Amino acid sequence: MLGYIVKRLGSLLATLLVASIIIFVVIEIVPGDPASFMLGLNAQADTVAALRTELGLDVSKPQRYISWVSGMLQGDFGQSYTYRSPVTDMIGDRLWISLPLALYALGLSTLIAFPAGIWAASKRGRATDSIVMGFTQLGVAIPNFWFALILVLFFSIKLAWFSAGGFAGWEQGFFAAMKSLTLPAIALALPQAAILTRVMRSSLLDVMGEDFMRTARAKGLTERQALVHHALRNALIPVLTIIGLQFSFLIAGAIIIENVFFLPGLGRLVFQGIAQRDLIVVESVVMLLVFAVVLVTFLVDIAYAWVDPRLRQGRRR
Amino acid sequence: MKWQTIVPGAILVSIVILAALGSFLWTPYDVADLDIRNKMQTSSALHWLGTDHLGRDIFSMLMVGARTSIAVALVAVGIGMGVGVPLGLLAAARPDSRSDELIMRGNDLVFAFPALLIAILITAVFGRGSANAIIAIGIFNIPVFARLTRGAALSVWTREFILAARVAGKGAFRISYEHVLPNITNLLIVQSTIQFSLGILAEAGLAYVGLGAQPPIPSWGRMLAESQTLISLAPHLALYPGLAIVFTVLGLNLLGDGLRDWLDPRMRRER
Repeated sequence: MLGYIVKRLGSLLATLLVASIIIFVVIEIVPGDPASFMLGLNAQADTVAALRTELGLDVSKPQRYISWVSGMLQGDFGQSYTYRSPVTDMIGDRLWISLPLALYALGLSTLIAFPAGIWAASKRGRATDSIVMGFTQLGVAIPNFWFALILVLFFSIKLAWFSAGGFAGWEQGFFAAMKSLTLPAIALALPQAAILTRVMRSSLLDVMGEDFMRTARAKGLTERQALVHHALRNALIPVLTIIGLQFSFLIAGAIIIENVFFLPGLGRLVFQGIAQRDLIVVESVVMLLVFAVVLVTFLVDIAYAWVDPRLRQGRRR
Repeated sequence: MKWQTIVPGAILVSIVILAALGSFLWTPYDVADLDIRNKMQTSSALHWLGTDHLGRDIFSMLMVGARTSIAVALVAVGIGMGVGVPLGLLAAARPDSRSDELIMRGNDLVFAFPALLIAILITAVFGRGSANAIIAIGIFNIPVFARLTRGAALSVWTREFILAARVAGKGAFRISYEHVLPNITNLLIVQSTIQFSLGILAEAGLAYVGLGAQPPIPSWGRMLAESQTLISLAPHLALYPGLAIVFTVLGLNLLGDGLRDWLDPRMRRER
């Protein structure tokens, strides 16, 4: 197991290294100089030069890359060109919205998907199963940002239960803050719940066909007892894997949903960065999100290998 | 008989394709025509689905918007298949070789970048536009096809007819092209419909946040973005583009599910 972890860790670090080079190179080929852009067309050459020095743009590109990466390793993402404040602080502030939103959505999707998937599997082939599966087809097809607009229309505009956008702030109290994240989290959770329901159902049906399930029934357990005590635990393994693998979609979805609800999270930050050509912010947020995706994939791989020893030795297929 | 989902899927997809193709010949109104006096009207005999905030006919915009969605998703699937399938075949022809390892690690790397992040990076460099959406979704499709092709091709390589081809003196390239590829085509067709539907969703998402098609090209995602601030006054502005996306994606998913069961009985979804 330790050998497997070391191998996967090496792969994780290699992926992050190459990803950081790609992100840096892509951002570096952007035409124009950030210092000239910030100071405008009428800026004096010496003022631009001074700002370039202040922003660390006067050194060679390899040096800048090394300084960027070593800074990140110490938790320093550099200074925003536009706001002149540390990017780390900006990311830190925004993370307190994006991360709870992603986790809230993940929690909701799991809460919906588990019972729905179990219910559909236990009623396999009946009308209930078809109805649940029909809803999952629809859930996968509905774009989350459109669903978000529909939620705003009904729950914010018609019923006035929630605000149509913005974030109350954690200083207003936990429930007020969570209330502002509720509609975004529901919108984000919908496609995830649909996918998870399908995986849960399919995984349960796979397990229910196994020999040990027949043995459990032969022992005298009812279908429900066999399902709860034996099938469910085994069926959870692939479901948890999918939850991990869906993480990148959750991140991408959160970036869009934050824009629907005007939530000042990482998604809004990165779009502001693009609009204001604050490339250090774009570079850093993208790197952070890539890191999150790679880390979650790594943890899922390790968890899966821990549960299923065949994966530790087996070839990748 | 699950493959029967092909019928409703094909009907929905055909309607969208016909609307897109038909828009080259005819639309009820020109999508460039602004009619401010008749803005935000609801459905009527003159404007079947009403008009938007600039008085443009929504039905016409949906027809032309279908073109954008289909074109972006189609080219993105083409990029994914065009690059991913040869890479997957190459990796499967030399399993566990250095090239296989390199291809699979490259796949892992691309998987770390969700399509939206690729689009953000591309937009930061080259600016906004449909081409960037195509590239972003296309790049995201490459590892999907490469992985699928590699996995499927590896199992074909163990078959006896491949052994016969090797005995006959055929090289890895010819075997991949003449024997492996035809045996995995069904799988690739099914995956194409799935990636196509994901492409439609991704294009709409990118257009919604302003990273896709730019004005004056109509796009379903941008129609939704433009409707957002007017949703309390004219909910129909958000309703129709959203439904167009849902029906298209639903149609493609049903078609994909049906094709999977129809083309490959071994993959028939018992569950």
